[in-house]
Amino acid sequence: MANDRRGDVGEGQPPARELLSSADVARTIARIAHQIIEKTAFGPGNTADLVLLGIPTRGAVLARRLAAAITEFTGVAPAVGSIDATLYRDDLRRGPARALVDTAVPEGGIDGKLVVLVDDVLMSGRTTRAALDALSDEGRPRAVQLAVLVDRGHRELPIRADYVGKNVPTSRAEKILVRLTESDDRDGVLIERPEAKPAEPTVGAAAKPAEPTVDREERG
Amino acid sequence: MTDLLITNAKPYGEEAVDLLVRDGVVAEIGTGLTAEGVGTLDAGGHVLLPGLVDLHVHLREPGGEESETIETGSHAAALGGFTAVFAMPNTDPVADTAVVVEHVRRRGEEVGLVDVHPVGAVTTGLRGEKLAELGTMVSSAAQVRMFSDDGRCVNDPLIMRRALEYASALDVVIAQHAEDHRLTGGAQAHEGAIASRLGLAGWPATAEETVIARDVALAREAGAALHVCHVSSLHSIAVLRAAKAQGVRVSAEVTPHHLLLTDGRLTGYDPVNKVNPPLRTGADTQAMREALAEGVIDVVATDHAPHASQYKDTEWAAAKPGMLGLQTALSVVIHTMVEPGLLDWHGVAQVMSERPAEIGNLPDQGRPIAVGEPATFALVDPDAQWTVRGAALASRAANTPYEGMRLPGAVVATVLRGRITARDGKVVA
Amino acid sequence: MKHLLSIADLDAATATGLLDTASRLKDTLLGREVRKLPTLRGRTVVTLFYEDSTRTRVSFEIAGKWMSADTINVSAKGSSVSKGESLRDTSLTISAMGADCVIVRHPASGAAHRIAGWADKDAGTTGTHTSIVNAGDGTHEHPTQALLDAATLRERLGSVAGRRIGIVGDVLHSRVARSNVLLLSTLGAEVVLIAPPTLLPTGVAEWPCRVAHHLDAELPALDAVMMLRVQAERMHGGFFPSAREYSIAYGLNERRLALLPEGAPVLHPGPMVRGMEIAPAVADAPNAAVLAQVRNGVHVRMAVLYHLLAGAPE
Repeated sequence: MANDRRGDVGEGQPPARELLSSADVARTIARIAHQIIEKTAFGPGNTADLVLLGIPTRGAVLARRLAAAITEFTGVAPAVGSIDATLYRDDLRRGPARALVDTAVPEGGIDGKLVVLVDDVLMSGRTTRAALDALSDEGRPRAVQLAVLVDRGHRELPIRADYVGKNVPTSRAEKILVRLTESDDRDGVLIERPEAKPAEPTVGAAAKPAEPTVDREERG
Repeated sequence: MTDLLITNAKPYGEEAVDLLVRDGVVAEIGTGLTAEGVGTLDAGGHVLLPGLVDLHVHLREPGGEESETIETGSHAAALGGFTAVFAMPNTDPVADTAVVVEHVRRRGEEVGLVDVHPVGAVTTGLRGEKLAELGTMVSSAAQVRMFSDDGRCVNDPLIMRRALEYASALDVVIAQHAEDHRLTGGAQAHEGAIASRLGLAGWPATAEETVIARDVALAREAGAALHVCHVSSLHSIAVLRAAKAQGVRVSAEVTPHHLLLTDGRLTGYDPVNKVNPPLRTGADTQAMREALAEGVIDVVATDHAPHASQYKDTEWAAAKPGMLGLQTALSVVIHTMVEPGLLDWHGVAQVMSERPAEIGNLPDQGRPIAVGEPATFALVDPDAQWTVRGAALASRAANTPYEGMRLPGAVVATVLRGRITARDGKVVA
Repeated sequence: MKHLLSIADLDAATATGLLDTASRLKDTLLGREVRKLPTLRGRTVVTLFYEDSTRTRVSFEIAGKWMSADTINVSAKGSSVSKGESLRDTSLTISAMGADCVIVRHPASGAAHRIAGWADKDAGTTGTHTSIVNAGDGTHEHPTQALLDAATLRERLGSVAGRRIGIVGDVLHSRVARSNVLLLSTLGAEVVLIAPPTLLPTGVAEWPCRVAHHLDAELPALDAVMMLRVQAERMHGGFFPSAREYSIAYGLNERRLALLPEGAPVLHPGPMVRGMEIAPAVADAPNAAVLAQVRNGVHVRMAVLYHLLAGAPE
């Protein structure tokens, strides 16, 4: 997750600006839910096909929220679960061994299904790539789509989201912080601009040095 | 050549004096002494002791020259302040015949740094089955005065009885490695909490205590002199005290490592700490110090046991037991006995020179520092501190358990019958 | 985690982390057609066994293969070991060939510690890094066995903390018992060793456990019982008079099974001596967790390899 620049802010960090309020998050999730319904034709009489799989931790929370919203709008509940991509990551060797998190594939599996992968932030695309690999070891879906709350750019792989809550142009040095009440104190999306102190290197930054724009933005 | 003027030396740490040596014998003691055409040794106000005597060393020659030779061992001895050492017979071939003991004695004389007294085997091949030719070794040119199967115990009570009886007529001492092998099969470490946690088969203290109890009874009946090697267990002390109270002719030694080191060092499985008998507990080391101060244990002997790295840089079970001791012995005794006030310098002279010479039947070692006595000394700087480095020791092997340790007291010079054998950390050839 | 040499090196959090990883790996692979994870692709794992142990070696080998590590087995027999090469030279040679992890089984207690020490010293000069896993050293420890036992107990009992676990039999010669006493007490269980005094080590009083000699008296209050293998040849060392008398006093038979609380799991590290420490009917009873232990062994060893090899070298 570190390469997607989300995660918790420590104490004493520079103040973060709010991109999405709690109400914005709710609206965004509702909008994505509608888009999924529209695009997949999910509804009474067509429930067998759709599986929402969140990438832990916050992607799994979002998947459950999306499932709840879809249930509210259609009256029927889609299958929902989570898939841990840790064992498929390409950056394991760049840090201490990561703890694994639960994979919960809903009963019925994913073979022949339309799987919507759900994550909170899309950046390099490497987490999505790992999740796709994990998915292919779990079974053979009919098709896979991707839903994200925030797309912040800086892609390093040919990966594109099918559903995007908000596009946020960012510099690599910035941090996007997604907060969800299930795992944090409240809902919201924050952007954090580092002070003069350069951010610690990440997989993305290490693979490709930050563009000069970073400095300009930081000075601005 | 064996005339020497030693100035500003403090015998037993007392008043500084000068000593004039003529023909290896102290001719005059006083202050402001001068002599023409005589070598001088400025003692710098350091402590002068009678040359140290070690009843228990392994010089590995013949047969184990990859670990030590009589020459390298003599270097280590001279540098450690020793003027006489007793070389144990567990060589290859075993020193169980006049031929082998004479060879050891002659090699010692050729090197000429320290009196090397071969210890003869009690039984042929150290097998504990049949007495070796003790009488022949006694009357040989090696003049053997001590016999031992060290490394192995004379386990059979009947053989031990016969050895003591036979030795009593020869006026020699039997030095027993007290270990009931039936109780120590496969033993790797002191039997206790640490060995149990480390999964190392235990060497129970009772294996030592029971053999000592048996042997003092046998020695009493035979009227023979028994010497107990490397006492390590606190329970053995009570047995020795009772035997001495009964008038049994028994003496006992403790090694420097059993005065200082405990089985707590075993947790990393470094075989440099593997030794037989094994390092025991803090209660045991404390009991050893008190028994040495009290005199229940008579002497300190090093059990200097060099092993080349291929015998030590192995898994614990495969490693040979034993550790270097000659160059660190005095420092460890200063650290464990002198600094806590358990022994003064007279006491050190007694446990490391006078009493060992007496037990080993050496008339010209361990003598008082006095006119008419042999000029055989160890000169000690008690205030010096040094860091032990195995690679820097004179022995062929480097298996010192004190690696990296800072120890007090340094041997400044060693003098054997008026001849300087070591000075300022260097052998004087 | 750099090496896994002794359970004593694991605190409760690290041990729990390993068990959590093992259980998630188990869930991940459950029911999959393709039981292969790419996690350790390009890593080389060597098992270096100086004792025969098909069970442990195969378990490690499967664990490595399921994680996509290249797994190579070196048996002491038929290798340079039989030519008299020292343990130090053999282990350093394997490290030098590029092994990321060497899994060692050796009859000498502390052998894995020594190999780790040599490897670390060598790493200081060559910059290579080899993790050492103790797969059983003499009568010292068998850490992955204790971890798989704890994993099995967690599955069967829900948790280990606060449970009372009996370990019965030849504690003196058992590396399994040593590792289990340390791990189970670290995880908050109460451990009771039940054996005749001859099969308990001197110094056991200082272990973090209780010692008892009468099995019948302890069974009703145990949450689980672990039977240790008793080698019949021990009676020649005088540790007990006969296999028959041992079996009568310490064997787990059907009568004794009934003394245990209902459903209390019965563990055995294997290989079992049926009719000696465990009656055949008990070994095949629903309580018996022996095959569950074996299954968990693979996942626990995958977890160990994951924690040692997946992250950046320390």
